[in-house]
Amino acid sequence: MASSIRVRAIANGETTDVQTLIQHPMDSGFIRDDKGEFIPAHFIQELTFEHNGRPVFIADWGTAVSKDPYVKFTFKGGAKGDDLKVSWIDNKGETDTATFKIQ
Amino acid sequence: MTVLEGDFPVTRRLVLQGAGSVALAGLGVVSLRVPGTLAAANDKYPQDAFKQKDGKEAIRLLYGRPIEPSDKIKLDAPEIAENGAVVPISVSTSLADVTTIAFVVPENPNVLAAYYRIPQGTMPSVANRLKMAKTSNVTVIVESGGKLFSATKEVKVTVGGCGG
Repeated sequence: MASSIRVRAIANGETTDVQTLIQHPMDSGFIRDDKGEFIPAHFIQELTFEHNGRPVFIADWGTAVSKDPYVKFTFKGGAKGDDLKVSWIDNKGETDTATFKIQ
Repeated sequence: MTVLEGDFPVTRRLVLQGAGSVALAGLGVVSLRVPGTLAAANDKYPQDAFKQKDGKEAIRLLYGRPIEPSDKIKLDAPEIAENGAVVPISVSTSLADVTTIAFVVPENPNVLAAYYRIPQGTMPSVANRLKMAKTSNVTVIVESGGKLFSATKEVKVTVGGCGG
């Protein structure tokens, strides 16, 4: 299966900009389906970014993060070709991990 | 506990002086009677805080400490969001030694939306997209040098993003 994680990480000399899009329903548990039943909550809880093995950004999310979440941050350091490892775990225990090269 | 009580009147005055005091009062963070033993668990997912329906309680669970409004936080959010399911919100700050950034939407069913841990060497700025059930203030709380600062902006929501 193709990765749920898409990352664009660009080194700008002293800093690296990281933009991430993840495919995930981010169901809040407050929405009903066609039959009027609540769709159970299903959302990413923790999203971690590691640059060369060092955590550079950790997102803890609740149900109010939009479907197919987007997040952007910037860290000092990072060079073209470095590894950026991204992983998430949701409230059902599902996970995904992918490693990207900084551009 | 003695220390906390000593700090209390000063902090309260600062909070009340701030421009955002009305918004903060709405969140309930002006009432600062919290146990001195609560420390922010900075290393794991704050499960209980994310379940809270009440802003005051979520903030108490997350930090357990007083918060001051700050003009050094730049909170970018639309004045009117046509679609509450996707509201782009970003924050950046000139405050130093930022360790966490939290987004709180008091009118949402679960008030804590996102909590970001910022390791040393990462810039104190983040952009994300949040769901908003209806028109509400959005408050961002920045932890800087162990102290807490906030900025608030109202976002008018035309179509809510939490269904129901």
